[in-house]
Amino acid sequence: MTTPTDTGQAPKRRIPMPNSLPSSMSNSTPKPATARRARRLQEIAAGYIFVGPMLLGVIVFTLIPMIMLLIFSLTDWSFLTGYDKLRISGFGNFARLLQDAEFGESLLHNLIMLLAVPIGMAAALLLAVLISERAYMSSFFKVIFFMPQISSIVAVAVVWQVLFHPSYGPVNGFLSAVGVHEPPKWLADPHYALPSVMLLMIWIDLGVSLIIYIAGLKNIPRDLYEAADIDGASARVKFFRITFPLLTPTSFFLLITGLIANFKTFALIQVLTDGGPAHSTSVIVYDIYQQGFVNLKTGYASAMSIVLFIVILAITFLQWVGQRKWVHQG
Amino acid sequence: MKTQAAGRRALPVSRILITLLLVLFGIVFMLPFAWMLSASLKPEVDVFNYPVEWIPSHWQAIENYKKVWNGKADFALYYWNSIKVSVLTTLLSVVVSAMAAYGFTKVRFPGRNALFLVVLATYMIPAEATLVPLFVIYRSIGLYDTHTGLVLLGGFSVLGTFLLRQFFSGISDEYIESAQIDGAGHFSIFTRILLPLVKPAIATYAILRFIWTWNDYQTPFIFLSDKALYTIQLGMNAFADRNGQFYSLVMAASVSAIVPLLVVFIVGQKQVIEGISLGGVKG
Repeated sequence: MTTPTDTGQAPKRRIPMPNSLPSSMSNSTPKPATARRARRLQEIAAGYIFVGPMLLGVIVFTLIPMIMLLIFSLTDWSFLTGYDKLRISGFGNFARLLQDAEFGESLLHNLIMLLAVPIGMAAALLLAVLISERAYMSSFFKVIFFMPQISSIVAVAVVWQVLFHPSYGPVNGFLSAVGVHEPPKWLADPHYALPSVMLLMIWIDLGVSLIIYIAGLKNIPRDLYEAADIDGASARVKFFRITFPLLTPTSFFLLITGLIANFKTFALIQVLTDGGPAHSTSVIVYDIYQQGFVNLKTGYASAMSIVLFIVILAITFLQWVGQRKWVHQG
Repeated sequence: MKTQAAGRRALPVSRILITLLLVLFGIVFMLPFAWMLSASLKPEVDVFNYPVEWIPSHWQAIENYKKVWNGKADFALYYWNSIKVSVLTTLLSVVVSAMAAYGFTKVRFPGRNALFLVVLATYMIPAEATLVPLFVIYRSIGLYDTHTGLVLLGGFSVLGTFLLRQFFSGISDEYIESAQIDGAGHFSIFTRILLPLVKPAIATYAILRFIWTWNDYQTPFIFLSDKALYTIQLGMNAFADRNGQFYSLVMAASVSAIVPLLVVFIVGQKQVIEGISLGGVKG
């Protein structure tokens, strides 16, 4: 994800430099001028050699695919038929997408899943405050809550499938033991599947938000709290008047990256539910996969990818606007 | 320091209570892992006993792990594939990103800002959106179903450039200017002066990149089909699909899939946490 210090301000910080070239050629004697020019050329060559590999990678692995995506999205093509069958046929795919009820559902699921972001953030913030200021063993807790993040998503998904197994999973075992008569079927029930996935997402991502919040808390000047103490402010007042407002850039950053990550969800769904039961946990990227790689509809899947791209672009724009606002605090 | 100051104000009693509360919550948080480990150590019939036997009453650890590692699924091969792909991706990514970060911060050449903007702009294109065309490209140029394809895709991720760029721009240009006066070229400045100075940042990025690559499911899932090339993530998923009813074995496989990263994480814990808090990077 983009860092708070990266996007908005980074490109502006650089001062353009090309004006050094003409002045160096005009006002010095011939010999040093050629020497300087040689050095200048060397400098340019060095620049392109250093950034060259990255640029090449960006061109081959992002820019060219992006251009192809735009073209594919306007076709009915399937990659199996070969390039000579590639015909541009207009915006039919997008018109069909508008009427595609399944895709609409997937989009809706992505939107519902966004709820997991603020819930996870609230939990992370609470834990961050407790861990960094009111408890011992803070580095131990950081490691514990980060564990799901470093674990294999497949292993994690498999364990949760078993834990939430409707008939013999320990979660429902516990619920029946405490007297819940018909515990939910969790991942097997279309009504509970999506919330279960969200719960799992919160569990996986809690550690990242927690660590970023702890870092944010460290940047709040201590004297603000000391001044508040002198005024006799309660812990609650200090939290809502100092901690929370000063963490706004951090929260905003976590919100944006969380929203983007949510729209990009794929692996978890593929491994955990395969979009089911009854299409109740399908998401955009899962539909892209289904159309593009299972049904082999390259054109239609490309149109879906364009929708995903536009959604992410819109969120990134929101981030850009927000960062301009908080550039001095962040 | 700061936390100590805050701690002095909080009563030790409440501090101990809150710590205990967090420990309790931490235990609940870790229960899935505990269950995984516990189930991997016992015979299949005991897996779903309720109440859960956290410490197995009958042990069958060695048999379970033997069945996973010497069974039909070639776990050793998956491991080797994952190690290969993760190490090569990390190496390539570190070299490419560090070079680009140096070029974008310490070499002056026309078009630098424009090119950086291009790189920055591509960062907004999600990898998930270009999966379909990349798949088509990979099939046309023979990178589909190869480890090379995976390594190239991960190695040219632009994230490292952004992360390392911050560190490179933090280093004073005077180092470079004085080295240039002594006649050093950019290559020797880069390898002899800059790289040693940003070594901690590079270590942080390398560990993060290794973890991300090891845990990546999506890329190998889309770009590999040959079972002999499977990484541990794909192998683990195939194993779980095939042995779905043998939960003790699936859990033994899960533990096996997690342990190497756990070791990397415990060794590089400081770097990982610093890296995450620094850039707020993920994925």
